[in-house]
Amino acid sequence: MAEKFDAIVVGAGPSGNSAAYVLARAGLAVLQIERGEYPGSKNVQGAILYSHALERIIPDFREDAPLERHIIEQRAWMLDDDSYVGSIYRSNAFNRPPHNRYTIIRAQFDRWFSRKVQEAGALTICETTVTDLHMDGSRVVGVQTDRAGGSVYADVVILADGVNSLLARKAGFHGELQPRDVALAAKEIHFLPESAIENRFNVQGGQGVVIEMAGKITRGMVGTGFLYTNRESITIGIGCLLSDFQESGISPYALLEQMKMHPAIHPLIEGSEMKEYSAHLIPEGGYNAIPAVYGDGWLMVGDASMFVNGIHREGSNLAMTSGQLAAETVIELAKEGRPMTANNLARYRKKLDDSFVIKDLKKYRRMPDILEHNHQFFTDYPEFLNRAAHTMVTVDGVDKKSKEREIRSGLVTRRSRLGLLGDAFKLWRAFE
Amino acid sequence: MHIIVCIKQVPDSAQIRVHPVTNTIMRQGVPAIVNPYDLYALEEALRLKDRYGGRVTVLCMGPSQAEAALRKALSFGADEAILVSDRAFAGSDTLATSYALAAAIRQIQKDMAVDLVFSGKQTIDGDTAQVGPGIARRLGLQLLTYVSKIEGIDVEKKEIVVHRRAEGGAQILKTRLPCLVTILEGVNEMRFATMGDMFRAARYPLKVWDKDAAGIEDIEKVGLKGSPTVVAKVFAPQPRAQKAERIETQTGAPADLAVTLLAKLFTRYPHIEREIRKQAG
Ligand SMILES: Cc1cc2nc3c(=O)[nH]c(=O)nc-3n(C[C@H](O)[C@H](O)[C@H](O)COP(=O)(O)OP(=O)(O)OC[C@H]3O[C@@H](n4cnc5c(N)ncnc54)[C@H](O)[C@@H]3O)c2cc1C
Repeated sequence: MAEKFDAIVVGAGPSGNSAAYVLARAGLAVLQIERGEYPGSKNVQGAILYSHALERIIPDFREDAPLERHIIEQRAWMLDDDSYVGSIYRSNAFNRPPHNRYTIIRAQFDRWFSRKVQEAGALTICETTVTDLHMDGSRVVGVQTDRAGGSVYADVVILADGVNSLLARKAGFHGELQPRDVALAAKEIHFLPESAIENRFNVQGGQGVVIEMAGKITRGMVGTGFLYTNRESITIGIGCLLSDFQESGISPYALLEQMKMHPAIHPLIEGSEMKEYSAHLIPEGGYNAIPAVYGDGWLMVGDASMFVNGIHREGSNLAMTSGQLAAETVIELAKEGRPMTANNLARYRKKLDDSFVIKDLKKYRRMPDILEHNHQFFTDYPEFLNRAAHTMVTVDGVDKKSKEREIRSGLVTRRSRLGLLGDAFKLWRAFE
Repeated sequence: MHIIVCIKQVPDSAQIRVHPVTNTIMRQGVPAIVNPYDLYALEEALRLKDRYGGRVTVLCMGPSQAEAALRKALSFGADEAILVSDRAFAGSDTLATSYALAAAIRQIQKDMAVDLVFSGKQTIDGDTAQVGPGIARRLGLQLLTYVSKIEGIDVEKKEIVVHRRAEGGAQILKTRLPCLVTILEGVNEMRFATMGDMFRAARYPLKVWDKDAAGIEDIEKVGLKGSPTVVAKVFAPQPRAQKAERIETQTGAPADLAVTLLAKLFTRYPHIEREIRKQAG
């Protein structure tokens, strides 16, 4: 006989774990289904953990969560072929607990989170794929899994199945994912002894550094690279729009290999031993690409709903908060004795609108379009900035005024006065 | 029929790295799995249960995290699961482990007589293949190692017929129950659990036995004290200097390729060439 639960959560990533945890803590009967061998086994993330979202769900997470390093320094690099210009922000304030951001290894972090979910009373079943949703008319009433006797029912199903949710597509909640709305990222973890990391990045103890990179490393494609310090390893990766990869024919792996050879990056990872390689999609369509996130008997959270802020490389925090808000909606309705209809579940969207999740995505709603149609931000500008820096710091007897003139005219020949003004305006509008 | 399957939780050796500086094994973050060899034993036990009826109990000695291994075994269809876990067992080698497991099996027997004890051929972390035989010896069971097939069991006569891989050939052996069987790898394929089994495994109230519950009589025989094994040295083997060479096979006639290969072989190992020429007269 098929079992019935108050709620079924599909997926055990940050969004699914948050939803299941909050629901189970409120005493609801929760079933969580994850297709990976264990939670986190299929997940790929940089990864930076933003404390605020998790703190609201598990206030004392720092006590036993597997955290690698707290971030005290953020570098932003604009790379040309063999140089970069950049900015650094480092502050001792980031050393004072409670720390604001940490590097984590997702496979370990997700397992820890899942243990919390199970301790809270949810039933988590792994190595099981949800293949379909059971419908009663337009209402979702349960899920079908790939196991014999695999139907399970619930009052509400929370889709936390990540980017490219096949379930949502099958059920007609989203259309086909567009290549321009997703980035494909390749990532490696390299083992490096703690002492080497401390020397190379000028940190001690549990301190860590983040480097965000843009410029020639993406070979004209819209995208960015990143490098994070873990306790005894370095995470390095690069991601670009899927549509750009398709057009250029460059493979993500080759792009990453090339990035690792950049003269500014290579010394940081030299002599390290590669521990793992993985690739994953990141939803980058932004506000305009958000699908319907609720309906009769269902809610959608995290990457499945396109809740990623590509500009700030935030995703897991939006995933956690959306999972929490979805769970709180269900708990409220259950307490009030109301059915899980689309009308009632619309409260979830309202909660999202009032949170940083939608507010931030809305703020940058123009960004995906602008970047997609203005590749100069990834080619001409990094090159120009590097040349300008080179001209300014090279001491060769040319007077500084002439140097400034040379830089200015270099910029105008590349991009014309009008183009420059236009770009400035677009960026201003995008960040306004 | 009552079958006990001994399983061990091991670090997934495919994902283990040796620390380049300290030369120790880096266990941190390496996922733990059921020793792959034990899964063949479990599947074989489940097949016997399907054929003859009865009960399958999985038994594991390990830290509390080993619970995951037992739940996995339950999801495949094992009826009962017992975790033997106590601080006193820390540091046990194969001798101490077989002592503790044998004691636990005696306890299980008080509840229901045991006809068969299964274990994997060996573990992927220790590779000793000693625990199974150690249990058999202590419990006075017939011992059948490297079994590739179970022909059948005569339930009335309490006899079992198995195929066993032996040096220089295969043996077909008949013996009386109870006995201990270690199963070769690759002899079967683990079933895919049903949704019902997944629920049962997730909800099963696991039995955790400490040293007293497991009936350990002599505490000196478990843990570090009961373990005479000494790890004298751990080292990472140096990669060999010889490089592999790639030879294009798409073009050229097979005969030419053979000649090229021989020439390469002979340059690298001149003694082989001498040997062959001598034999050819
Ligand atoms: C390279 C890279 C770097 C990133 N860096 C950062 C970062 O530094 N900081 C940050 O905040 N975010 C980062 N992100 C984004 C972040 O990883 C995601 O936003 C976040 O993981 C989304 O969580 P989620 O729970 O919605 O989805 P996921 O983490 O993708 O989890 C979905 C889960 O559902 C399971 N699943 C899917 N389909 C099914 C099914 N049919 N049945 C059962 N289970 C199913 C999957 O196995 C998976 O475990 C990064 C992403 C990538 C790819």
